[in-house]
Amino acid sequence: MSETLASTFTIQVDGQTVTVQAGQSIMEACDAAGIYIPRLCDCEGLVPQGSCRVCCVDINGRIQAACTQPAAPGQVIGNETPTLNAHRRTLVEMLFHEGNHLCPICEASGRCELQAMAYRLGITQASPYPYLQPVRPVDASHPDIALDNNRCILCGRCIRASRDIDQKHVFDYVGRGIHKRIGVSAARLAETDASLEDEAIARGTCPVGCILRKREGFDTPVGQRLFDRRPIDLDNAVQHHIPTQAVPAHIESDPP
Amino acid sequence: MDNTDSVAVKEACARFDFDPKRLLDILWQVQDVNRCVDANALTDIAQATGLPRVSVDGVASFYHFYSSRPKGRFAIYLCDDIVDRQHGFNDLLAVLRDELGIAPGQITADGLFSVDLTPCIGLCDQPPGLLVNQYIAGSLTPAKLRRLLQDLKKDSHPGSSFTQGGEGQNGNSLIQTRLKNNIRRRGAILGSGQLTESGLQNASELSSFEILETLRASGLRGRGGAGYPVWQKLDTAFRQITADKVVICNADEGEPGTFKDRVLLTEQPDLVFEGMTIAARATGASQGILYLRAEYRYLEAWLEERLAQRRAEGLLGSHICGTEGFNFDIRIQRGAGAYICGEESALIRSCEGGRGEPTSRPPYPAIQGYKGLPTTVNNVETFCCIARIFEIGATAFARLGTPQSTGTKLFSVSGDCRKPGVYEFPFGLTVRELLNHCQADDAAAVVVGGPSGQIIGRNEFDRRLCFEDLATAGAFVVFNSTRNILEIVRAYIQFFVDESCGYCTPCRVGNVFLLERMDKIIAGKGETTDIDYLRQLADTIIETSRCGLGHTSPRPILSTLANFPLVYAALLKAPNAGSQPGFDIQKALDEARHLAHRGSTLYDRDYSGGVS
Repeated sequence: MSETLASTFTIQVDGQTVTVQAGQSIMEACDAAGIYIPRLCDCEGLVPQGSCRVCCVDINGRIQAACTQPAAPGQVIGNETPTLNAHRRTLVEMLFHEGNHLCPICEASGRCELQAMAYRLGITQASPYPYLQPVRPVDASHPDIALDNNRCILCGRCIRASRDIDQKHVFDYVGRGIHKRIGVSAARLAETDASLEDEAIARGTCPVGCILRKREGFDTPVGQRLFDRRPIDLDNAVQHHIPTQAVPAHIESDPP
Repeated sequence: MDNTDSVAVKEACARFDFDPKRLLDILWQVQDVNRCVDANALTDIAQATGLPRVSVDGVASFYHFYSSRPKGRFAIYLCDDIVDRQHGFNDLLAVLRDELGIAPGQITADGLFSVDLTPCIGLCDQPPGLLVNQYIAGSLTPAKLRRLLQDLKKDSHPGSSFTQGGEGQNGNSLIQTRLKNNIRRRGAILGSGQLTESGLQNASELSSFEILETLRASGLRGRGGAGYPVWQKLDTAFRQITADKVVICNADEGEPGTFKDRVLLTEQPDLVFEGMTIAARATGASQGILYLRAEYRYLEAWLEERLAQRRAEGLLGSHICGTEGFNFDIRIQRGAGAYICGEESALIRSCEGGRGEPTSRPPYPAIQGYKGLPTTVNNVETFCCIARIFEIGATAFARLGTPQSTGTKLFSVSGDCRKPGVYEFPFGLTVRELLNHCQADDAAAVVVGGPSGQIIGRNEFDRRLCFEDLATAGAFVVFNSTRNILEIVRAYIQFFVDESCGYCTPCRVGNVFLLERMDKIIAGKGETTDIDYLRQLADTIIETSRCGLGHTSPRPILSTLANFPLVYAALLKAPNAGSQPGFDIQKALDEARHLAHRGSTLYDRDYSGGVS
């Protein structure tokens, strides 16, 4: 506690020296240095929460979430190691099996971070886990927005965007354990003040196909979307960042 | 809709000053009056407290004892811990079905009774047990339960045979139970003589530094399981320069098989409060909270009375023990049914009226905890130790136990033994010694430290109970040679599935996968490859989970794989060449059978499910 931190210091990430500004998390320091740490719940511009655990890294022999763990002088960090990627694969498979993620019929296919992460981690065939096949009601009550909770991975990006950027608090977690899910601040979404202009509803905030903007489905054909063209990495992860003013981020409209 | 509902909600909010940080208390009052917290109540509470409705929903839906649908006027929660299951649980369930005509999760047509299951309520030494509203009962038999139900139907009150005659303070008019203490052995904490109160008096004359130094010299480590040096935690809080600090007593005794805190709160509440007051003196805290698990609600009136008495005697409040500037008071925060709230950061969140989810560290609670203030959280027993250290001296305390585990430890002994109860021994005795004391003649397995600890077999009975060897928070559940180890493991994994907060992926989902595979093995469908599957899954859950729950939840499986490998091996088959491991043809056909209303000609020879 008594150790005073210099304004910059260095850490080692997979043998590479990374300069850290005091106060940065490991994720922030690595992002700035151009080192990609896989992630799903973390998103630039939102308070990190460390819930998906995909960004787990090995810090001096102990596994921690890079998005919530502050960088500290002398840390020796493993990121792209076989052990960590095996854990990440298991975590991503858990998310696939917890919900109903049927890529061929999902509107988010090709711009879905869960799908892209699975490809990045080399998940190319059925995993041994049981499918939990939830039957959660779809909320299509809102004129412009539909929610399919069966595809939710509980990353909470919509919660944080709505609470901290939109100042609306439309979403929050309800329930506990395996029954935990995203709730809305009324009996159904139509009775909240959610709107297409919200950061929470902007494309890219929801990493999967849970929050759907009506009448925009398949505007870019599947096969020509971001992750159809290239794997998920630091460049396109940063494109998901949420600007401070309320402007929806349309990823597909970016030039190839 | 119903106006009375709304009135109750408004009254509840007003009683707690519309303070969102007191949301748990508000929800309790609404639950008590309306017997549920329904959609309308959520809206009303949100309006009154200024919280988003979905956040109120998030808190109400997090805790076991708040219900969105009405519970009975008498809400019966039958304890379904494995010990209860092995000691009469099924008979009680049959009585409830027989007398009330309902199964768990249901309510009688007249709204008088509801029945639900609940994890360990802290009565493993006198099973089977249940809760009815603010009442608690153990050592039940079918006849006793029938009588209880008749009493409730007739007089709306459990009869005197349930509310009187408890051992020691259990029979106190403020506690109203027939419970036993089952204190089998006393030591420095439970004491043999009267409490002298000298600990606090002695400490009040010392500086913070001197108190911390005494605790350091005593070698005291936290009794909640992790064994962190107590002086270090207090020292960190002491060093923070803030307007105020907080001392919290963790009385959320939720680990299945433990009940010693129940006995301490019943028989030695002043010792607990004394320890908290000394800790406050050490860190400079003026706010104290006793976080009491909802299952121990029956102790609330008793504890409040003791607090009032202490205030009257100048042992709480301003200028404690006549010392200028020594100000400290304690409030009781009732939990609402969540094992995870035993984790200190989750407990703090719960005290603040939130979902009991652990928080990321840093910041550590001792630096930034309850309402942002430096907060030290310690176990009930730890506070008792603190009080005793200032009574008997650090040297005398450190002389007890082993070098790394000083002092005495309270063990909650239950299961298949003739003398279940609370045993206080210096750290370092062997499992076998404790088994002899509790007269467990045919012990085949012992759960040391509860589900989050270890399940050990006979070849481990010479291990010592201390931080150097088998660390434990005190649960000691004995199983004899007739018990099915895999059923025990399954019950504990189910417990973790139910109690995972759901915050992080590996714990939320991984434990469900563990449970699924245990079911498969128990059903005799396991393959040898399932062992690797369990180990790999357990590894990811342990390594990547965010808090202690996930770090320990696979232990029932891992410790039994290590200590009882033959139990698994006996049930496993070699995988069928060419088939997909884990593929269950009957399960795969079930949906088609259901849709087609007919079975499969090829596979229905083996089929035992219900084709409709």
